[in-house]
Amino acid sequence: MTMDTTVQHAPAGFYDLDEHDHPEGGSTMLGFWIYLMSDCLIFAILFACYAVLGGNFAAGPSPRDLFELPLAALNTAMLLFSSITYGFAMLAMQGGRSGATRAWLVVTALFGLAFLSIELYEFTHLIHIGATPQRSAFLSAFFTLVGTHGLHVTFGLVWIVTMIVQVGQRGLIPANQRRLMCLSLFWHFLDVIWIGVFTFVYLMGMLR
Amino acid sequence: MSSDTLADTHADTHGDHGGAGHGTIRDYLIGFVLSVILTAIPFWLVMERPLADGPTGILVMGFAVIQILVHMVYFLHMNGRSEGGWTMIALIFTLIVVAITMTGSLWVMYHLNANMMPMPMPADARVMP
Repeated sequence: MTMDTTVQHAPAGFYDLDEHDHPEGGSTMLGFWIYLMSDCLIFAILFACYAVLGGNFAAGPSPRDLFELPLAALNTAMLLFSSITYGFAMLAMQGGRSGATRAWLVVTALFGLAFLSIELYEFTHLIHIGATPQRSAFLSAFFTLVGTHGLHVTFGLVWIVTMIVQVGQRGLIPANQRRLMCLSLFWHFLDVIWIGVFTFVYLMGMLR
Repeated sequence: MSSDTLADTHADTHGDHGGAGHGTIRDYLIGFVLSVILTAIPFWLVMERPLADGPTGILVMGFAVIQILVHMVYFLHMNGRSEGGWTMIALIFTLIVVAITMTGSLWVMYHLNANMMPMPMPADARVMP
C-alpha cells in the first residue's frame, strides 16, 4: 500500500516514513501474473480467429485429413510430464536442494524439447504435403495459434536453460527462487493453453 | 496451503504479503493424475467415437474446462488469498474479456457468414443470374 500517502488534509511534508519493509521483488509475482493474463488475451484472440476461420478450407484439406490424434496425444503427454517434473523442481527448491532442482529442470527441459520436436515434425510434415499457412484461412489460423504456443514453449526452454546455469552458479538465492516461481507460472500456464489447443483444434477438428 | 511445511525453509522473497502459493507433492500428484484422466477420456471419446458427434463435442469441451480448473488449482496454486486477492481479480477480469472476445467474434462472424453466403455451392453459383 505505497499509495496511502494522500495529500488531502495532510500537513505539509507528511510522508509515509514508517513504510514497512518491501523486500526486493515483493511485487514481481503479481506483476508476472498480470503479464500472463495479458498473454492469455493474445491466445484468446488467436483462439477466436481460429474459431471464426477454422471452417474456411478454401477447398483444401480439413483437420480430418491432416491431424493425427496419436501424435497430438503424445505431444500432450510430453507437456503434461514436463508440468509434473517442473512441480518436482519447485518442491526441490522449497526444500533447498539445488542439485535436485537443477536435475528436475533438466528433465523438464528434455520433455519440453520433445514436445517442440514433435510439433516441428508435424509442421514440416504439413508443409511438405502442401498444407502450408498460405493454403487456406483454416491453415493460417492453425499455424498462427499453434505456432505462437510453440514459440512460447521455445522461450520457456531458453528460460529453463538459463535457470539451470544460474542456479548452478549462484545457488538457490532469493532472486533465483523468485525467477523459478515466475517460470513455474509461465510453464504451467503454457500447459493450460495447450489444453485449449488440443481440445479446440485437434479433438474438435476431428468432429467438424 | 495449510499443510505446507516444506516452505518453512523458503527464503522470505515475498514477506507476509500473501505471495503466490506453494504446492505440496500431494497437490502435484493429485493434479497430475486428474490431468491424465481428464486428457485420456476426451482423446478416447474422439478416437473410438462411442457417442454421436454432438454429445462427444460437448463432453470434450466440458473435460477441457474441468482440466483447466484442475491445472489452475493444483499446478498454478490459484486461490482467493494469494497476493491479497489481486491474482484472482486479474484472472476474473481476463476471463470476462476472453468471454466477450470469443462470444462476440463468433456471434458477429456467424451472422456475417449467414448474410453473405446465400450460394452454398460453386456449381449452383454458375447457373444463378
